[in-house]
Amino acid sequence: MIRQSAADMAQALAKKEVSAEELTKAHFERISTVDSKVKAFLHLDTEGAINAAKDVDQRRSRGENLPTLAGVPLALKDVMTQKGIPTTCGSKILEGWRPPYDSTVVTNLKRNGVVILGKTNMDEFAMGSSTENSAFHPTHNPWDLTRIPGGSGGGSSAAISAFEAPLAIGTDTGGSIRQPAAVTGTVGVKPTYGGVSRYGLVAFSSSLDQAGPCARTVLDAALLHEAIAGHDPKDSTSINAPVPKVVEAAKRADVKGLKIGVIKELQGEGYQKGVLDRFQESLEILSSLGAEIVEVSCPSFDYALAAYYLIAPSECSSNLARFDAMRYGMRTGEGSAEEVMNQTREAGFGKEVKRRIILGTYALSSGYYDAYYGSAQKVRTLIKDDFARSFDKAEILVSPTAPTTAFKIGEKSNDPLAMYLNDIATIPVNLAGVCAMSLPSGLATEDSLPAGFQIMAPAMADDRLYNAGAALERELLAKWGKPLLEMAPELL
Amino acid sequence: MAISYDEVITKYDPVLGLEVHVELGTASKMFCGCATVFGAEPNTQVCPVCLGLPGSLPVVNGKAIEYTIAIGLALNCSIAPFSRFARKNYFYPDMPKNFQTSQYDEPICVNGYLDLEVETEDGVKEFRVEIERVHMEEDTGKSLHVGGATGRIHGADYSLLDYNRAGIPLVEIVTKTIEGTGKYAPLVAKAYVKELRDILRGLGVSDVKMEQGSLRCDANVSLRPVGEKKLGIRSETKNVNSLRSVERAVRAEMIRHAGILGKGERVKQETRHFHENTGETTPGRSKEQAEDYRYFPEPDLVPVAPSKEWIEEIRSRLPERPSDRRKRLQDAWAVPDKEMAAMVNADVLDLVEESVKLGADPTKARGWWLGEIARIANEREVPASELSISPKDVAKIVELVGKGELTDKLARQVVEGVINGEGSPQDVIEARGFKVVSDDGALLAAIEKAIAAQPDVAEKVRNGHIPAAGALIGAVMKETKGQADASKVRSLLLKTLGQSE
Repeated sequence: MIRQSAADMAQALAKKEVSAEELTKAHFERISTVDSKVKAFLHLDTEGAINAAKDVDQRRSRGENLPTLAGVPLALKDVMTQKGIPTTCGSKILEGWRPPYDSTVVTNLKRNGVVILGKTNMDEFAMGSSTENSAFHPTHNPWDLTRIPGGSGGGSSAAISAFEAPLAIGTDTGGSIRQPAAVTGTVGVKPTYGGVSRYGLVAFSSSLDQAGPCARTVLDAALLHEAIAGHDPKDSTSINAPVPKVVEAAKRADVKGLKIGVIKELQGEGYQKGVLDRFQESLEILSSLGAEIVEVSCPSFDYALAAYYLIAPSECSSNLARFDAMRYGMRTGEGSAEEVMNQTREAGFGKEVKRRIILGTYALSSGYYDAYYGSAQKVRTLIKDDFARSFDKAEILVSPTAPTTAFKIGEKSNDPLAMYLNDIATIPVNLAGVCAMSLPSGLATEDSLPAGFQIMAPAMADDRLYNAGAALERELLAKWGKPLLEMAPELL
Repeated sequence: MAISYDEVITKYDPVLGLEVHVELGTASKMFCGCATVFGAEPNTQVCPVCLGLPGSLPVVNGKAIEYTIAIGLALNCSIAPFSRFARKNYFYPDMPKNFQTSQYDEPICVNGYLDLEVETEDGVKEFRVEIERVHMEEDTGKSLHVGGATGRIHGADYSLLDYNRAGIPLVEIVTKTIEGTGKYAPLVAKAYVKELRDILRGLGVSDVKMEQGSLRCDANVSLRPVGEKKLGIRSETKNVNSLRSVERAVRAEMIRHAGILGKGERVKQETRHFHENTGETTPGRSKEQAEDYRYFPEPDLVPVAPSKEWIEEIRSRLPERPSDRRKRLQDAWAVPDKEMAAMVNADVLDLVEESVKLGADPTKARGWWLGEIARIANEREVPASELSISPKDVAKIVELVGKGELTDKLARQVVEGVINGEGSPQDVIEARGFKVVSDDGALLAAIEKAIAAQPDVAEKVRNGHIPAAGALIGAVMKETKGQADASKVRSLLLKTLGQSE
């Protein structure tokens, strides 16, 4: 039962073949069996989840007309607030804080009757690509427990690939949904910036952060996308327009005549051979389905990483200033308010977070602002222009999601630049505010680990991701004969 | 020996810069829906947004933008078609996010001016103060530092934080350098803040109470030798909490600067605090290094882009300018310049106007507000508007005096009674038993009694010596316990003694 897709679970629930309570308990059982190995969760809300499931069951037995996902379990990245439930963002500095309010995403999930099992592990404040920067513990990739599950949302992707939950919420600032999806053989979508409310998403980089769905199938991701997206008056950057019809698009799955642009700059040197092979194979499949493949060039993408590592740290240096030991979370040390703040921040923030706060503080300081933050904003405009030009030539753009498959835990933890390079293909999307999906393209021959295929579409054309993604997924499934995750080693 | 003010102005030319912060009177805060009631229990008007809780996001209060545009228009500014919020980053325990959401290089209103008529010992002088910018920001919370000698955070045993004020919309109005005011600089500063306050009050965008901090002024003062073009080094004086203090603080800083310059020393560029009790300024916390606020555009908010139509709509609803209104009222009431200035200075123009609207004669109404009421207000060191006497009470008193139901003397006691909280004028009259004796029978009886008591005086009056009547009138007034109308007593008495005026 727990290995089904969320769509199939939803159908079984609707037909009363299974109760939400049974389904929820089955997932908690799975978690208790495998999570000591995977370590995807930071906090389980067993009681709250079972109560929510029972509530759905009661409403269903009364004959209420329930939303599609009512009763389906979900894992929530620990960066989203949920009233009364610990929210740490993977940081010691927020240990013990229980937010007094629900994020809009959680409000939407609750309205849809989705059962929230607990909070998943992440790189501290979403800064990282491996979940090794969690202040609590690393998360392990279910495909190979010695490897990273990607980051920052490694907990969410690991949870769904280990069948601990059929759905999860991630957040993507530079690839934190898509890169974990790629290395765990799952689906992840970064919606258009402003498509999903950021209210209650603890900010890392406000102009880049975006919450989105993590799932095992494209249709499941679409169902979750529709449940959480839409205009929110509490978020000024939320787009006031109808949600793109992503579920309909996932069901259409037709790429005949679709123009697909392959981004020249996002392949070649630095990309693992097995990843590129799977990418080529997927392109051939799309071509065989009647899509037209063209090459596009986005020369400014070469500067994307540099611009990102100025803009994101700059915003984070300001966003994280509020963690000062005065009102919530950790407080340690003695002396004046300033001394207590300094000691708390020293003890409460990890190395990567401090690195980025210092970097951002420097980039924003007077005399350096124009050279760093100012230039980075100009690059951002150039990247937007590159996307706009490319979307004139093609309806969607594609690339490998990450240059490599999952690397070993500890392999890159002392080399931040090597770690940053893992996001080279995902970052431009955030800088431009457009949308993108990662879905599994198969296993790399050399290490038998999942590789990711990235699809990008213009702002508010998220439906295009689901249409093309579902078409490719259908063909790959036929080729493999079973879902990719069924090829993963058994964890028991 | 401190240098005298006269000496300061013969040697130096003062240059001012005034920054006024105004708390807008919106029902909700700048970026959330919390209430803004003054004096509420600490930390009862807060939510995740104004507490800066992780994950919360700001949403701009449309009313605050409307108010700010109205202020900009009233100050003859241009309204930017596109302006942005920025983050001003610095740490302070009463600032929940450790950055203030403000406007930096893209303010909403720029380049305005305000014309002033300044009453000086040399008559009324006109000055134009140019406005650099008007921008929006949010207020911080309030700290109460307990223990320690200074009331500041350093040396305190502990601090209490109230976030009710955090996020209240603030508008900052910044002048360009104000030059050429010479010896009138302190008066110009005061007149500017006063005119600004009247404009803001007229717009209804703030309650502009300086003593409650809803209007706060920072005064930048520098001196340069007379004839010199280059600006001197300025100090910025905060804590200036009344109109009188604005004038005093500027004057005190001019004298202090001149003292330093006179010794050939340099003025320190610093923040200073004004003390009402001593009339002097003391240095604020000296900063070890220049503060770098690391401004950058606020990514959580979208730009403010008011449409031309909206701006024009706001402009069409602007009330009459206070200066225009003063001219109109002065003409309508036929008030001499000096009296008009007295009303403006005593800040009773609104009260007089309201009394007149309720039927009082303008001269009589003015007489009360500038006379007895002003005297009591002075005595109690509060503005007349804060006394518990309303224009309605004054109109009633004027009416009763006009009808002869109250004498001037009794009316003064009624005013005092109303101010003391004894109720309406009628309540006071009733409670104190003030009843003007206008019944001819009662008055005649008292007159007969007075004549009988002083027959020789009565005889003098009968013989045409009218001034002698005063003694008899006094006796009648005494007999009636002052509750008779003296003019009526006089005419009845003279008639009784066969005389007339």
